[in-house]
Amino acid sequence: MKRASAILAHAVLIAAAAVFLLPFFWMLLTSVKPTAEFFDPRRLLPSHFAGLEHYRRALTDVPLLRFMVNGVVVCGAILALQLATALPCAYALAKLRFRGRQALFALVLAALAVPAQVPAIPLYLAFAHLHLLDSYAALILPFATSAFGIFLFRQTILAIPDETLHAARLDGCGEFALVWRIVLPQAWPTVGAFAVISVVAHWNDLYWPMIVIVSPELAPPPLGVMFFRTAELASTEYGALLAGGVMITAPLMLAFACAGRVFLRGVAMTGPGRSPF
Amino acid sequence: MRSRAAPLLATPAALLLLAFNLAPALVALGLSLTDHRLAVPAIRFIGLANYAEMASDPRFWNALANTALYAAIVVPGSVGLGLVLALLIAPRRIFGGFYRAAFFLPVASTMVAMATVWEYLLHPSVGPVNQVLVLLGFTPINFLGNPATALPTLAGIGIWEISGFNMILFLAGLGAIPRDVYDAAAVDGAASAWARFRYITWPLLGPTTLFVLIVTVIRALRLFDTVALLTQGGPAYATDVILFRITTVAFGYLRIGYASALTVTFLVVIVLLAFAQARLSRRVHYA
Repeated sequence: MKRASAILAHAVLIAAAAVFLLPFFWMLLTSVKPTAEFFDPRRLLPSHFAGLEHYRRALTDVPLLRFMVNGVVVCGAILALQLATALPCAYALAKLRFRGRQALFALVLAALAVPAQVPAIPLYLAFAHLHLLDSYAALILPFATSAFGIFLFRQTILAIPDETLHAARLDGCGEFALVWRIVLPQAWPTVGAFAVISVVAHWNDLYWPMIVIVSPELAPPPLGVMFFRTAELASTEYGALLAGGVMITAPLMLAFACAGRVFLRGVAMTGPGRSPF
Repeated sequence: MRSRAAPLLATPAALLLLAFNLAPALVALGLSLTDHRLAVPAIRFIGLANYAEMASDPRFWNALANTALYAAIVVPGSVGLGLVLALLIAPRRIFGGFYRAAFFLPVASTMVAMATVWEYLLHPSVGPVNQVLVLLGFTPINFLGNPATALPTLAGIGIWEISGFNMILFLAGLGAIPRDVYDAAAVDGAASAWARFRYITWPLLGPTTLFVLIVTVIRALRLFDTVALLTQGGPAYATDVILFRITTVAFGYLRIGYASALTVTFLVVIVLLAFAQARLSRRVHYA
């Protein structure tokens, strides 16, 4: 009885997983199919491997590598700035007494409730005024700190024993050095989870890049592929389009394969209402 | 002891939050009381005229209704599916990691790439979904091209996209239920799987469920990507949702003032939900 229900559960789960994964298989399969076979229902598998052609086109006809470099630069800069600003702030909130601490925490909570789409129009006007539209700065600056990160790090740092911090201070460690030498190593699992969540969110973001970027050479992957999509869909260039899709999704899939456990733990731990997804 | 270093440590983040988050939100509130248009220097205070216009703007009510309908499908769909998947996966001793990864993959994937795939899968004539329908003797459905099916189709894609997320949250909630509660219940005669779910799992999971519900509602209200990629708000405004309307009014019609009024309205709804969430997560915390 117990065994039968376990087998039934696996059967249901495998069937559901197949449905969930179908679009990924389809993308991979179509990206290596000869163009003539795309719309032929009798041909599920390609008659021969045509992937090279599609992937070559995705890389040469479209500046896909450029999009990915943009994605790496933007996500890397955002993450570095977020860690550099959020971790010290979270440490101050969690472990130090200072005037305005309550007000600062209220500010963080208020910022958490404001979705990124709300400041978009005023920020667009401000960047236009400063002649900073269509630049890396416009993509990076609005996300230079993260209320979500501050909140998350604060929770983790609260759990670090005060004795550890006092011992370091007695050894002559200043508060700034303390953040990076003592707090960062202790908070490492949370920082790792935050890093994955931040990179995934900004790698996939379409809304903000769509508003501030018009030059393809500055577009992160989703916006770049969207430019390419509107240009190519009419000529049914699905093969190259899907090859491009595989390439921009692959880094996330690889990261997920390597750090999936950290990632899922982070998602479960954080409470996603506060996460940027 | 008061710290002298603290203000220095906290100031950069505080200034950035003010500059890029809260101040712009307040500016949006201010702009919503003006007739500002993009690239027009003249700006006039017009009081609540934008809000009055909004109240009688059929496009606004249409976008609101579409957003509500989308949420009404995606929220029960993805919360229910996430719960069922979590209940099925939690007791499995093998393949647990594979199932988690498989259902979570859509959450982490790039929607631009996946939208291209969905467009193809759902294509009215050559799409595999319709070819299967034809094989089974049904008439093909123009999923994204028909005003009656476009929004429910986007909702289906939405369920595919976020159920795995809710599954992870439910798995965390299930993991927090102590084993001995089930053992005690077995002694008291709650032996069947249904009785265990009805009298133990469901009540103890209550705070998690409320939390997941609110989080999913907020997510559903922020629908944008699939609309921008697949339907552009059409056909016949059938998928015009609130964020897409705001973007169209601001950057299509260049009406910054009116778009700001729409944004403020959107923010008020989200903040109310965030308050509800904060109250509920406090209950989760003490539960």
